[in-house]
Amino acid sequence: MTAVIRVAQLRKQFGAILALDDMTLDIDAGEVVALVGDNGAGKSTVVRCLAGLSVPTAGQIMLDGAAVRFAHPGDARRHGIEVVLQELALADRQPVYMNVFLGRELVRRPAHRLDRRGMAAATQRLLESLEVRIDSPHKIVRELSGGQRQAVAIARAVHWAKRVVLMDEPTASLGAVETRRVEELIARLRERGTAILVVSHSLDQVFRIADRICVLRRGRQIGVRTASETTAEEILAMITGLA
Amino acid sequence: MATSDRAWPPVRLQVVDPQRFVVYGVFVVVFVFFAATLHDDGFLTQTNLLNIVRQTTPITIMAVGVVFVLSAGEIDLSLGAVVALSALVTADLLQDHSAVLAVGAGLAVGVAVGVANGLFVTALVLPSFLVTFASLAVVTGLARSVTDLRSVAVENRDFAAIFGSGDVGPVPGLAFWALGATAVGHFLLRYSRFGAHVLAIGDNAQAARATGIRVDRVRLLVFVLSATSAAVAGILYAGRLQGATYTLGEQDLLTVIAAVVIGGTRLFGGEGSVIGALVGSLLMGVLTNGLVLWGFSASEQLIAQGTLLLVAISLTLRGQRADG
Repeated sequence: MTAVIRVAQLRKQFGAILALDDMTLDIDAGEVVALVGDNGAGKSTVVRCLAGLSVPTAGQIMLDGAAVRFAHPGDARRHGIEVVLQELALADRQPVYMNVFLGRELVRRPAHRLDRRGMAAATQRLLESLEVRIDSPHKIVRELSGGQRQAVAIARAVHWAKRVVLMDEPTASLGAVETRRVEELIARLRERGTAILVVSHSLDQVFRIADRICVLRRGRQIGVRTASETTAEEILAMITGLA
Repeated sequence: MATSDRAWPPVRLQVVDPQRFVVYGVFVVVFVFFAATLHDDGFLTQTNLLNIVRQTTPITIMAVGVVFVLSAGEIDLSLGAVVALSALVTADLLQDHSAVLAVGAGLAVGVAVGVANGLFVTALVLPSFLVTFASLAVVTGLARSVTDLRSVAVENRDFAAIFGSGDVGPVPGLAFWALGATAVGHFLLRYSRFGAHVLAIGDNAQAARATGIRVDRVRLLVFVLSATSAAVAGILYAGRLQGATYTLGEQDLLTVIAAVVIGGTRLFGGEGSVIGALVGSLLMGVLTNGLVLWGFSASEQLIAQGTLLLVAISLTLRGQRADG
């Protein structure tokens, strides 16, 4: 079976600093792969390259077996890749529905006016389908709780992702209950057959949600393990280099 | 609707932000105050009220452009200089060429300055405050050198009638320019994808970029919009005054920014109101007019106006900061 997304010998250099080197990984449909490693391991660099936010120095990205190049985040989105960033990528002063449709707003005739009603209705349906309880899609994002805001970011990714969702520390700033709800959203996304790459610092969470675990250290790929066939101790040893 | 026990907690109902409506209340209070205290000095006469509209139109048109710049989290300090240069270029060309060519050249001044400002901000990643402060100096110098500090008279009656001096019945033609600019600006900001992208960039440029919005392109466009609105204001000044001089627009920047901020546009980006800017500029016009009728000298007007602007902006910004 061809992987939905495959990266081969991915390399990213910032001047003299080698942020990522020789990274190779593939993710199948309906699979959750966790990317773990210490600070500076290169996890966010992988996400940024796959989301079109950074251009790799070398290496290849393939979608369903075809090589692609992303010069701009819009290129990645057009290929069905959505990203949920560590720092919430939401426009705080805009309503929920505008955030869900940001960059791909619905318009209607005459004069290609924004179709606010259509976007709000679609957002309402989306939130209901994901059991995200926000009392109105017209709600301004900065008035939501941290968990609700993260839910909006994930709901947007769910709505638009055709193939792949990338999540960089999606629960870093959330409490236990909200974290559990985000994990439920990830599980629903997997059931839909989406390929998911999640960056996380929490090994407990990684073992709860991931099918496979990819370990990075100082920009290099240390190894990939099947979650059900490894232990937290082994992953920790790979992260720290004490294996 | 799904309402499982594990669903997200509900949030309180959205409350309408009163900050947005301050300008309307202040306008009514100031207008009523002047109407009461200057009733015998002709404040409420049709001639005086229409004069306020005439004098306010260039400010309104610039304010429309500045709403977009501020909403995108940027600033344009070069407006006043663009007013002078575009007015002088237009007036100068009117002496030997057609009005179409002269107006086109005046507008081209705005587009050129806007593109230059936008490119420096986006391509060289420089702060707009510094870029437009520098271009203010450059364009001011150009405005002074282009006619060697001389004023230029406008003798083309058709041009003057269309761009400032003419009336439609009892209504000054300038009122239609102000309303037209406001209508176009309001549509762009509230109902177009461009406006949505401007607000998103001013709110969180990183988020906007991550969703595929061409952030640099939108930023460039808001600088072009802002400088072009200043160029239109310059052309209207030339039409109304039937001449142009390098001092045109010199005092306008603070008034325009005050009108926009008081009108509900957030100085730090992410929120904007074109209708608010229209009312804000009318408020500034009423204030100036009231001070003149009270007999303030030009120097006293400047002091009073500056003080009022400071108070108004301080109160507005305090509210916006508290708002987050």
